[in-house]
Amino acid sequence: MRQILYKEAVAEALGEEMLRDDRVFLIGLDIGRFGGTYKATQGLWERFGEERVRDTPLSEAAIAGAAVGAAMTGLRPVAEIMYIDFITIAMDQIANQAAKLRYMSGGQARIPVVFRTQEGAGRSSAAQHAQSLEAWLAHIPGLKVVLPSTPYDVKGLLKTAIRDDAPVVFIEHKLLYNTRGEVPEEEYLIPFGKARVCREGNGVTVVAVSRMVLKALDAAEQLEKDGISVEVIDPRTVVPLDIDTIVESVKKTGRLIITHEGYTRCGVGAEIAAQVVEKGLYFLEKPIKRVCGLNVPIPFAPVMENFVIPDSAALVRAVKEIL
Amino acid sequence: MPGAEASTIAADHRPNIPSDEVMKSIYETMVKIRRFEERAVELFMAQELPGFLHSYLGQEAVAAGACACLREDDYITSTHRGHGHVIAKGLRLDRMMAELLAKATGYCKGKGGSMHITDFSKGILGANGIVGGGIPIATGAALSAKLRKTQQVVVCFFGDGASNQGSFHEAANMAAVWSLPIVYVCENNLYAVSTAQERHQRIRDISVRATAFGFGGISVDGNDPITVYQAVSPAVERARKGEGPTLVECKTYKWLGHYVGDPGAYRPKEEVAAWKAKDPVPRYERYLEEHGVMSRLEMESVQGRVKEEVESAVDFGRRSPSPSPHDALQDLED
Repeated sequence: MRQILYKEAVAEALGEEMLRDDRVFLIGLDIGRFGGTYKATQGLWERFGEERVRDTPLSEAAIAGAAVGAAMTGLRPVAEIMYIDFITIAMDQIANQAAKLRYMSGGQARIPVVFRTQEGAGRSSAAQHAQSLEAWLAHIPGLKVVLPSTPYDVKGLLKTAIRDDAPVVFIEHKLLYNTRGEVPEEEYLIPFGKARVCREGNGVTVVAVSRMVLKALDAAEQLEKDGISVEVIDPRTVVPLDIDTIVESVKKTGRLIITHEGYTRCGVGAEIAAQVVEKGLYFLEKPIKRVCGLNVPIPFAPVMENFVIPDSAALVRAVKEIL
Repeated sequence: MPGAEASTIAADHRPNIPSDEVMKSIYETMVKIRRFEERAVELFMAQELPGFLHSYLGQEAVAAGACACLREDDYITSTHRGHGHVIAKGLRLDRMMAELLAKATGYCKGKGGSMHITDFSKGILGANGIVGGGIPIATGAALSAKLRKTQQVVVCFFGDGASNQGSFHEAANMAAVWSLPIVYVCENNLYAVSTAQERHQRIRDISVRATAFGFGGISVDGNDPITVYQAVSPAVERARKGEGPTLVECKTYKWLGHYVGDPGAYRPKEEVAAWKAKDPVPRYERYLEEHGVMSRLEMESVQGRVKEEVESAVDFGRRSPSPSPHDALQDLED
């Protein structure tokens, strides 16, 4: 099968959906002529023109709000918030407006909007360009939250997001854009709420979010050499969450590690752990472990940044601790 | 055509006087808003309505005059003080009253209440509990109308308080850059909650802010529906022709303070009295009579009809069933 980059898979999904449905348009800072800060919209402005690949003023609240207004009136916008850190400025439009307008109106409105953004540390971007804030969004009823970790997933999930009638926050990872993976030529969609078992194993279950999937797979490979079998699960969407696949795995392994870059405290790992306890406490043979971002802002210096974000060595240690 | 500088215009000194038909319908709208709001306040004081109420009493001329400029398929966004806007855009009083009474037959099935009464099929893109929250949404609807080439126009209502929100400045700039079909109607009722305008901004005429975005702004007497119509109507027509946004500031006053029950001690008694003396309803009645548009008898007949409509709305609301607790779980997703 052909292999393409994650960022190319994003652009392919956008292009295919724009071709399929002329209600789909893109709106965001630098997404047009410039091709996107991480080049995930490259080539679309040339193909679809400036009306549908719409460069904006630097105004996150207006970008998000304009997308909500357009979604309420018959279009299907994909709004880009350049860094998830900047979503704070657009939060009223996402959390109070997009997420609630349908409910508050007694089910009248549909808000088919996708907020594309990217998160993650690892480039010395410091505390306002490297956070992983999916837990903020997952907390709000009315939003779906998607975190694809491979080129295959990013394409299939983005197409699903664009066709969904509810607001979707679609969170890419800045260090995944240049990763390569198999993506078929033919069209496919990936449903929300369906976790992917990335690697089967029967010793320890590792639930990994976004780029941590890659580190978890790396750790699993290292551990295999020591004869330790690790199952790696990527939930792919944290809202809706496929808890059944996770509980099934825990039933088999009796051990659970959850890993994400987002802050440990009240991160999505806390929700996953709570649900596993509610549904499968007696399958657990050891306490659940979270290997997640430390509860500090992301520091600039690489030595400190690497310390606060978990790596595969931390996962290897964690697995060995709960064996 | 209004320039960037604010100017105050007086009725009859400009073109765009509405037809007799439109003037009559503006009158009926104002009476509806007035009666509905009076009744809502009574019910609230009698503790029949849960929550709280931001009354539109005193501002009727703005919603009635501005919405009279719109087609049925045009859009508006409303605010926390929104009953007037949505009545003027054509909502039924019975389903509104049922919503205020937290009943299942209300426009939002009891999920929204006073601050969220809406009917999307009437082009009302939400009344909004977040001050300034509707402004980017209105701007997006204008973008949508432009992309879909429907010649629809958006009227975005907001207040003097919201004119200090970043959402206004971001959205208005965006609308200017893209020449969107939108009219920003700022209802300056002189207070952001309890903070007087001179304490929350250095300007007197909010319309001057249009200059910063590069489109026209005008300040008008918001207690005169004809003046409001004369300012909004050409702005709507320009928007429809693709000539971009306008900011229309309507100077008015909220009679009952921020919410019903607000003692309003921050407002001088003389100020309240002076604005009540400028009550838009009797003033407009005198205008209609003097210009031979409606006789006193015709106006009384409108008042009688509206009074009945409001009473039957109250009856409908009272007789309607409450939602069941489990209905709280519906309407989030399909």
